[in-house]
Amino acid sequence: MNKDLLVYIVVASIKIFLVFSAVQIMIISMIWLERKIMAHMQVRLGPMRVGPHGLLQPIADGIKLLFKEDIIPQKANKLLFLLAPVMTLVPALITFAVIPFGDKVKILGHSVNLVITDINVGFLYIFAVSSLGIYGIVMAGWASNNKYSLLGGIRSSAQMISYELPLGLSLIGVVMLTSSLSLVDVVNAQAKLWNIIIQPIGFFVYATSAIAEVNRCPFDLPEAESELVAGYHTEYSSMKFAMFFMAEYANMITVSAIAVTFFLGGWHGPFLPPVVWFMLKLSACLFFFIWIRSTYPRLRYDQLMHFSWKFLLPLSLFNILITGLIMVLKG
Amino acid sequence: MITLTHYLVLSAILFTLGVVGVLIRRNAIIIFMCIELMLNAVNLSFVAFAHYLNSMQGQLFVFFTMTVAAAEAAVGLAIIVAVFRNKETVNIDDMNIMKW
Amino acid sequence: MEAYLFYIMAAVSVTAAVYLVFEKNPVFSALYLIQTMVCIAVLYILLEAQFIAAVQIIVYAGAIMVLFLFVIMLLNLNIKEETKNALPFQKIPAIFMGIVLFTAICAVIKSKLLQGKQGEYTTAYVNSVGNTKLIGNLLFTDYLLPFEITSILLFVAAIGAIMLAKRKL
Repeated sequence: MNKDLLVYIVVASIKIFLVFSAVQIMIISMIWLERKIMAHMQVRLGPMRVGPHGLLQPIADGIKLLFKEDIIPQKANKLLFLLAPVMTLVPALITFAVIPFGDKVKILGHSVNLVITDINVGFLYIFAVSSLGIYGIVMAGWASNNKYSLLGGIRSSAQMISYELPLGLSLIGVVMLTSSLSLVDVVNAQAKLWNIIIQPIGFFVYATSAIAEVNRCPFDLPEAESELVAGYHTEYSSMKFAMFFMAEYANMITVSAIAVTFFLGGWHGPFLPPVVWFMLKLSACLFFFIWIRSTYPRLRYDQLMHFSWKFLLPLSLFNILITGLIMVLKG
Repeated sequence: MITLTHYLVLSAILFTLGVVGVLIRRNAIIIFMCIELMLNAVNLSFVAFAHYLNSMQGQLFVFFTMTVAAAEAAVGLAIIVAVFRNKETVNIDDMNIMKW
Repeated sequence: MEAYLFYIMAAVSVTAAVYLVFEKNPVFSALYLIQTMVCIAVLYILLEAQFIAAVQIIVYAGAIMVLFLFVIMLLNLNIKEETKNALPFQKIPAIFMGIVLFTAICAVIKSKLLQGKQGEYTTAYVNSVGNTKLIGNLLFTDYLLPFEITSILLFVAAIGAIMLAKRKL
């Protein structure tokens, strides 16, 4: 084995390890932060018992879930029931492979690009991977052999297919401006001006459909507690439930990271180091998710579908048209 | 070293399995999935030819095949749903009258 | 390395396809087909067709197969359905004819019938310009008419599907 390949493998492994640990830590802190922030927005205190200001609450939750009895329903389809949480979590995590989180840095004489891999179809990769996330939820809903779960699974697949279209089309405007599908190029093109200023409609469509895509409030119909018990994960308990929970937060972090990369200038920013800027923007996006959740009521199912097909989809197509028109006129 | 023949044989195996599936299954949806498998096998040989002949046409044809497959899936599944509403079954042996 | 990947993917895709054909439960059949499609996408990447690989996952695995699963789950097909078979003796001749078909295809592959002219898009050239860019260029220049016709086809298919599936218009 030659030396370059060895260096490449070592560097890639370190980057993968670092990114995954960072995501895991963010998931854990998000669980605490969401409860605290929502509590304070609703003039409550939130978790206070475990540790100072409930700081150890996620660890307590984790231990509780770990020691709970792992129930598999008797008539459930065992293989799919076990596979479903994994199928939900993995696509959420592997999207990070193409997201650039910093500038090139020099370490021990090697120039290291702070992105796990820079592939020239990064944009398509993100959509290929995120479209696989549906299967986990659909499989969970079907394998549980429970009508609430099945309804939740079917709702969620319909919702995610409907919102994937505006989600993808809203980013096309940015891709047209950068004329590259590589995410590193997209970030580099925003050194002077962030895309949110050039593509405000695109950002609006992306932000709305991203919330729907990760099944968050006000679009959390797949798990609407008041009508479907808990949707597709009604029958899940213990660590398998924890995996769905983690997948939801990992998905939130993924779509926020894509928003930062495509619209908020990636790691660009003055004074502070690039990685810090990236984390700051990511945190702002995640805060936005929590803010929305504690502000808006849930939509009805037909309203949800109409909103996607009759409003967001035409709007994103209009955005592409306008972007193309301006690009042609400016030459 | 993997040659064009390897890909073509793999594509032939997948295509044959699709044909056998269409012949032996009775569930309309599974027959439909076998047709999708056949389309995929043909796509694979298209891309293999394109790669080994240094051409781009193969990949473009796959692009068109995929659009046709998508259109076909939408209409075909709609037909299956419509038939299911009337007959309460998707077994093709029960779909033996030409009109209602 | 590439050879190993090819053999692994080929083995997995063929196994999954066999299960797809002989599996009783339609949901599992659909999942095995998804497995085959993902393997074929990996083979596309081995063949340096990154764009097609991504589209394969997005269109086939992400859209078409979700539709299939959706319909299977909505219709709630039970496994008993399949057991009443009007033509039980069709199985053996069908498999035999399949083997004949396979032999015929292999004979064609082995004969030198499948020869073609070498094109201009060598791997080095494609990598220097970018696979996606080249496909885009060709789609909007030489293949513009077929491209537009497929868009009409998709439009017609969408209308047709709604007409068929909707109970009352």
